[in-house]
Amino acid sequence: MRSGGARWGLRLATLAVLGFIYIPLAVVIVYAFNASGTVSWPPAGFSLRWVQAALENSGLQDAFKTSIVIGIGAAAIAVILGSLAAFAVARYRFFGREAISFVVVFPIALPGIVTGMALSTTFATVDLPLGILSIIVGHATFCVVLVYNNVIARLRRTSRSLEEASSDLGADTWQTFRHVTLPAVRSAVLAGALLAFALSFDEVIVTIFTAGGVTTLPIWIFRSFRLANQVALVNVAGLAAILLSVIPVYIASRLTQDTGGVTGAKT
Amino acid sequence: MPILGSGRRDPHEERVATLTPQARPSDRADAASPPAVELRHVVKRFEGDVGRRVARSVDAAGGARGAADAVVAVAGIDLEIGDGEFFSMLGPSGSGKTTTLRMIAGFEQPSEGRILLHGEDVTERPPFDRDVNTVFQDYALFPHMTVGDNVAYGLMIRKVPKPERERRVGDALAMVRLSGYERRKPGQLSGGQRQRVALARALVNRPSVLLLDEPLGALDLKLREEMQIELKAIQQEVGITFIYVTHDQEEALTMSDRLAVFSQGRIEQVGSPAEVYERPATPFVAGFVGTSNLLGGAVAETIVGRAGTFTVRPEKIRMGEPDAPAGDDESSALGVVRTVVYLGPDTRYIVALDAGAELVVTEQNLSTSSMEALAAQGRRVRLTWKRQHNFAIGG
Ligand SMILES: Nc1ncnc2c1ncn2[C@@H]1O[C@H](COP(=O)(O)OP(=O)(O)OP(=O)(O)O)[C@@H](O)[C@H]1O
Ligand SMILES: [Mg+2]
Repeated sequence: MRSGGARWGLRLATLAVLGFIYIPLAVVIVYAFNASGTVSWPPAGFSLRWVQAALENSGLQDAFKTSIVIGIGAAAIAVILGSLAAFAVARYRFFGREAISFVVVFPIALPGIVTGMALSTTFATVDLPLGILSIIVGHATFCVVLVYNNVIARLRRTSRSLEEASSDLGADTWQTFRHVTLPAVRSAVLAGALLAFALSFDEVIVTIFTAGGVTTLPIWIFRSFRLANQVALVNVAGLAAILLSVIPVYIASRLTQDTGGVTGAKT
Repeated sequence: MPILGSGRRDPHEERVATLTPQARPSDRADAASPPAVELRHVVKRFEGDVGRRVARSVDAAGGARGAADAVVAVAGIDLEIGDGEFFSMLGPSGSGKTTTLRMIAGFEQPSEGRILLHGEDVTERPPFDRDVNTVFQDYALFPHMTVGDNVAYGLMIRKVPKPERERRVGDALAMVRLSGYERRKPGQLSGGQRQRVALARALVNRPSVLLLDEPLGALDLKLREEMQIELKAIQQEVGITFIYVTHDQEEALTMSDRLAVFSQGRIEQVGSPAEVYERPATPFVAGFVGTSNLLGGAVAETIVGRAGTFTVRPEKIRMGEPDAPAGDDESSALGVVRTVVYLGPDTRYIVALDAGAELVVTEQNLSTSSMEALAAQGRRVRLTWKRQHNFAIGG
């Protein structure tokens, strides 16, 4: 039996935490559809004029497109390197195998400011001009782990004997990969890619160090935030950033749930 | 750990001696045709982390070691399995049964020795290039495919045309009594049904040899007994060589044409169930297949009247009053009933002999009730059995 007081206390605490996290987000969304151009409560009324303005603002447009390109690029690199590393670690024995997990996970633990600094210095040393490409490479360093972790978890849950069964039934290595291994890990790869995209999309610190003159959406928001005449537009941009982070993360979590149980099912 | 190259006895010679002609279907068929499966002095050592750790602990314990840094899973096996035979590999956990099976399938490479299928050396060939199919212990059904696609997999890979594929899948599912389950996913089947899908998936390819690694291990007792009968019937129907791994001696005895008893990576004995059960070649076999009932040393000389190690099967022994007479053709011994185990259809008595050893006696409960049986505890008894049931072991 839990006392009524304790239960109400818990409910209140839960509400406080949820409010703490979500009220600021709600405020951004409300202001994105505000009829007035100033940030003052209560909002003047519902209107799409700032959404309209955002769609016509070429600076915001470019920043948005740049962020999407970078997110896709970083996710693509993460998919290739992360999946390969996961396959190697899960299916083969080689020298330094145990170290790979650490090497792959490390960049996400590293302070962004250090990653940014180090990359910036390195790019300068090898004469890689700063720009979209350097940002993609920078983001990929900490995105690889998302694909790696998802895929290796799936591979570990997928019984090794499935691949042996396929080979036993006459399938060569490539056929086994195509018909058995790939279907088992496909949704994990996709989930990792979506998470990588979401992480890249709102990254700021490493981006600042590696951007050169390029403006991504978060950087555009950061710059415009201080300009009085842009305040309403910033809220619309913020809404876009929220959607492009939340939706991929949501889909990714659905992907790992749905098939996870079935693939791992052993009798 | 087994010690490599302790060449105390020649396993091959011993094996040939234990074979009787009628127990080898390959002899029956055509003397010239090669055996379905032949292992020639196959050895498997596992190197690597696990192996190294185990090897080191053996060293520390002062034991001898084989090749440095290796676990010897299979320590030199010679075996011939005939066409159409139901052959079982029986042995305790870790005795090398699975490793042997995996080498025949091609999932593991032998460290030494050759593997032949129908006289053809396949040692270097990958699994997909061997005319052998496996039923895995965990079934290994592809979870993202329907039952129909699972069974059709091997045919699809070999590009068998669709109409024929469908017909053969239908036949295979009918054989395992799963017609109409084509559209289900493996996740929607019971354990016994999955087991049968795994069997159909292997049989549909009409392999010359089917390997089964404890295929009934995950099933409950009743289903297991049903499946044993079904498996045996299917094997007789299709006439394919079955190599069946189990650590259940009853299963091996009831299903097999012949069986091999494994211990520590070696084969202790190969023979028909009756041979292995009645005339165990080593004390290990006597102990593992059935109840050991060993008489050795001084005890043997007192009771059997000869030096050596002998075994008597528990069901051959009669238990009576201490003054009951024993015939000329009988061995007999006095003792005290130490433990009584009531098993339903029969009762097991463990009798401590005055001469020193312990014998297990089983009696059918023809007229005895559980109360009467249990009352025998602590009673003095005389055990008698025909002399011909004393079997010398490893003589
Ligand atoms: N991949 C491996 N690496 C290292 N050692 C192994 C490997 N596979 C098996 N072994 C060892 O080889 C020996 C034989 O194993 P195996 O699986 O063949 O036994 P088994 O007779 O099938 O036993 P069980 O009845 O428990 O299945 C064991 O000591 C085991 O620990
Ligand atoms: Mg095994």
